[in-house]
Amino acid sequence: MASAEQRTGASELSAFLAAQEKKSLLRFLTCGSVDDGKSTLIGRLLYDSKLLFEDHLSALEKDSRKFGTTGGDIDFALLVDGLEAEREQGITIDVAYRFFATEKRKFIVADTPGHEQYTRNMATGASNSDLAVILVDARKGVLTQTRRHAYIASLLGIRHVVLAVNKIDLVGYSQETFDAIVQDFAAFSQRLGFSSVEPIPISARFGDNVIASSEHTSWHKGPSLLGYLESVDVDTDVVGKPFRFPVQWVNRPNLDFRGFSGTVVGGRITKGAAIAVAKSGRKSAVKRIVTMDGDLDEAVAGMAVTLVLADEVDISRGDILASPEDRPDVSEQFAAHLLWMAEDELLPGRQYLMKLGTATVPVQITALKHKVDVNSLDQLAAKTLHLNEVGYANFATSHPIAFDAYHNNRDTGGFILIDRFTNTTVGAGMIDFSLRRATNVHWQALDVGKQSRAGQKGQRPVVLWFTGLSGSGKSTIANLVERALFAEGRHTYLLDGDNVRHGLNRDLGFTDVDRVENIRRVGEAAKLFVDAGLIVLVSFISPFRSERRMARELMGEGEFIEVYVDTPLEVCMERDPKGLYRKAKSGEIKNFTGIDSPYEPPELAELRVDTTTAQPADLAAQIVLHLRDKGYIG
Amino acid sequence: MREVAAEFANPVMLYSIGKDSSVMLHLALKAFYPAKPPFPLLHVDTTWKFREMIQFRDETAKRLGLKLLVHVNEDGIARGINPFDSGSALHTQVMKTESLKQALDKYGFDAAFGGARRDEEKSRAKERIFSFRTATHAWDPKNQRPELWRVYNTRINKGESIRVFPLSNWTELDIWQYILAEKIPIVPLYFAKRRPVVERDGTLVMRDDERMKLLPGETLEDRLVRFRTLGCYPLTGAIESDADTLEGIVTEMFTARTSERQGRLIDSDEKSSMEKKKKEGYF
Repeated sequence: MASAEQRTGASELSAFLAAQEKKSLLRFLTCGSVDDGKSTLIGRLLYDSKLLFEDHLSALEKDSRKFGTTGGDIDFALLVDGLEAEREQGITIDVAYRFFATEKRKFIVADTPGHEQYTRNMATGASNSDLAVILVDARKGVLTQTRRHAYIASLLGIRHVVLAVNKIDLVGYSQETFDAIVQDFAAFSQRLGFSSVEPIPISARFGDNVIASSEHTSWHKGPSLLGYLESVDVDTDVVGKPFRFPVQWVNRPNLDFRGFSGTVVGGRITKGAAIAVAKSGRKSAVKRIVTMDGDLDEAVAGMAVTLVLADEVDISRGDILASPEDRPDVSEQFAAHLLWMAEDELLPGRQYLMKLGTATVPVQITALKHKVDVNSLDQLAAKTLHLNEVGYANFATSHPIAFDAYHNNRDTGGFILIDRFTNTTVGAGMIDFSLRRATNVHWQALDVGKQSRAGQKGQRPVVLWFTGLSGSGKSTIANLVERALFAEGRHTYLLDGDNVRHGLNRDLGFTDVDRVENIRRVGEAAKLFVDAGLIVLVSFISPFRSERRMARELMGEGEFIEVYVDTPLEVCMERDPKGLYRKAKSGEIKNFTGIDSPYEPPELAELRVDTTTAQPADLAAQIVLHLRDKGYIG
Repeated sequence: MREVAAEFANPVMLYSIGKDSSVMLHLALKAFYPAKPPFPLLHVDTTWKFREMIQFRDETAKRLGLKLLVHVNEDGIARGINPFDSGSALHTQVMKTESLKQALDKYGFDAAFGGARRDEEKSRAKERIFSFRTATHAWDPKNQRPELWRVYNTRINKGESIRVFPLSNWTELDIWQYILAEKIPIVPLYFAKRRPVVERDGTLVMRDDERMKLLPGETLEDRLVRFRTLGCYPLTGAIESDADTLEGIVTEMFTARTSERQGRLIDSDEKSSMEKKKKEGYF
């Protein structure tokens, strides 16, 4: 390895380092349909820009002989398809990040999957890219996937697109074919709001127009792909935007120092400048901008710093510090685009967690306005979203948060949704605008409160939430409890699943989506009765933990008692008081809990009753005793 | 890094003593300044590391006043596992992969920083920055959480953990330029010096202590060598070089034609060996 080159003079080194410093970074993604040749193209870029190491190259030659699809020639796709499973299937499953640099620029490439089931991975790649190279197979033209990817790229804020018409060698380098594809794409993409679309005919396998212009396509007057990537101006001026600083961590090593650590995600901040805490509206000024290399006078977007303020202001992780003249919106309701990324469908009404910047809050989708047909961009009515579908919805968070519109700032306008039980990332959202209802609809403060109503009745209001399988004995026990309470002069109300479905919830069926909405309405109704000072008995199968938790969180501390009527499925089936299990098993009823719809047993129920070892009357007496012990009734 | 410190109960930084670890540690010092990083360092010691590495490790922890935990798989020692007789695959499995799992379980860490980079190896190119592991430390490449923007899903259930790779988007050249620019201390083994090496299977192996026996026909020679990557000394290949300054190393780097992992003997063991190791819980 030792060579004369190593003894290059110090001047050459410093010239090299200086050149490295000046190089700008372009993050782009490659996308397109399966087999359009993305991986081959990236391999070709790495190979032709002489960025392959010798050991990688010899491994590639070996692999090409073993797995290659190019008949003994080097198969560049093998260079980038990293995981065993995708080598065997010949498709790119996950997002792979590649790094290369030329004399002019450094590049990070997100190589993203073409297969429809991995559209979410493409969105992931797009979220951090400034440009998209969309590949089209010259033989096939613009496909559904091409349109979908172009749409998702635009949705995630990408403004510059290269339309790379690949395998141009296989159509005899035909200009007519190329022009037809370009026109076809333009007809679709003009509605997507790209600032530039650069069409380039290429052959990833043979290298035409990848690095240098090809003699085979003398009719193409534009640049080669690499030439274009090196020179395109993607105009990502985050420094010129309003100052935004999501607080990541409160830095408090000792009593004398209190700083707020984070990364500037928009604009600039100077020492002495005024700032406002977006949510509380409190103002202060920046006293110091602290880094390990000494204090700074100014920090711009992209820099990680610790800010010390002039005043003692209450600030914690999740707050956004902003310029006082141009603040983010603060609201608990907003409209956003949502890309669904989970196998399980979206359940409007279910509570998810939303993470935006450094803030995490519970959120619900209050109205799913429509979903988008990615072929026609038409808006279709929808009750839910499935994996890889895009919708537009209204969201309500449990308390107000600060945010910007996504097109103004990706960092303060993009969020993920997390399932509260599996902890998986189920969706990605891009905020469109704030719904001002949050500030316009004020809570009407009433003179007679919950306490006074309850006090008049001589009891503490509470919800007794009975959950269990159909036929487990919920309604029987709830009835007995209510009778006992009524007999001793308590004020009660019983909400029974079957009865509520005859009125309030008449419009709902038994799909997962409807079950969630069913419970949401019952929870809200129960909350009103609690507010009226009543002891509310709710007798619902309520099969999902998420919704029972949602109901619990609607009530105040100590106002929710979950009663798990724990009767095994076999016993319920044997009892079958309404003949429903028989119908469900014969297929007459669909989505029946316990048969073809799941029941998630409670993990932390306050009370569990076993109907196989005790009589309903005894169990009801136990529950009344519990209410007395805990002081709900005197 | 601050995301992890803010959202996890018991994070740790895996410190391998190499150049990437040095950079990662330096970033942590910067991220929390003026506070100290709010987590300990953990070194999984296979007992076959270069002596200079161990010395550097102890000095670093002392100089920075950080808590250093060292874990050795005693069970592996008792079984007599070593890189010569057991083979590199078994040695790495028992003394690194198993040992790491033992240490994470022992201290109950729910998040661990690692210095891996996406440019190192193909399966690592697809690694997340926040990489989810099951309660048995397994990695399922088909079931990774999507990472959009800079928003990381840090939620886990009890027993599960997250591995975090802050250097994901760095290249080897970035690492060296940063070390040069920030004057970060690194193990002297990275600099060229005359060292006792033996040529074995086309790789130059440095004989760091008496445990390495010479095979028939092998001779120990003093050659001017340095290391591009550091691991267990019997499994780490040296390169001939006269780069004895950081400037020299960077100059050598921009003319380099082989990747650094070539010096790692575990990669060429079997196809997709890294991916398999990762599924089993290797970093």
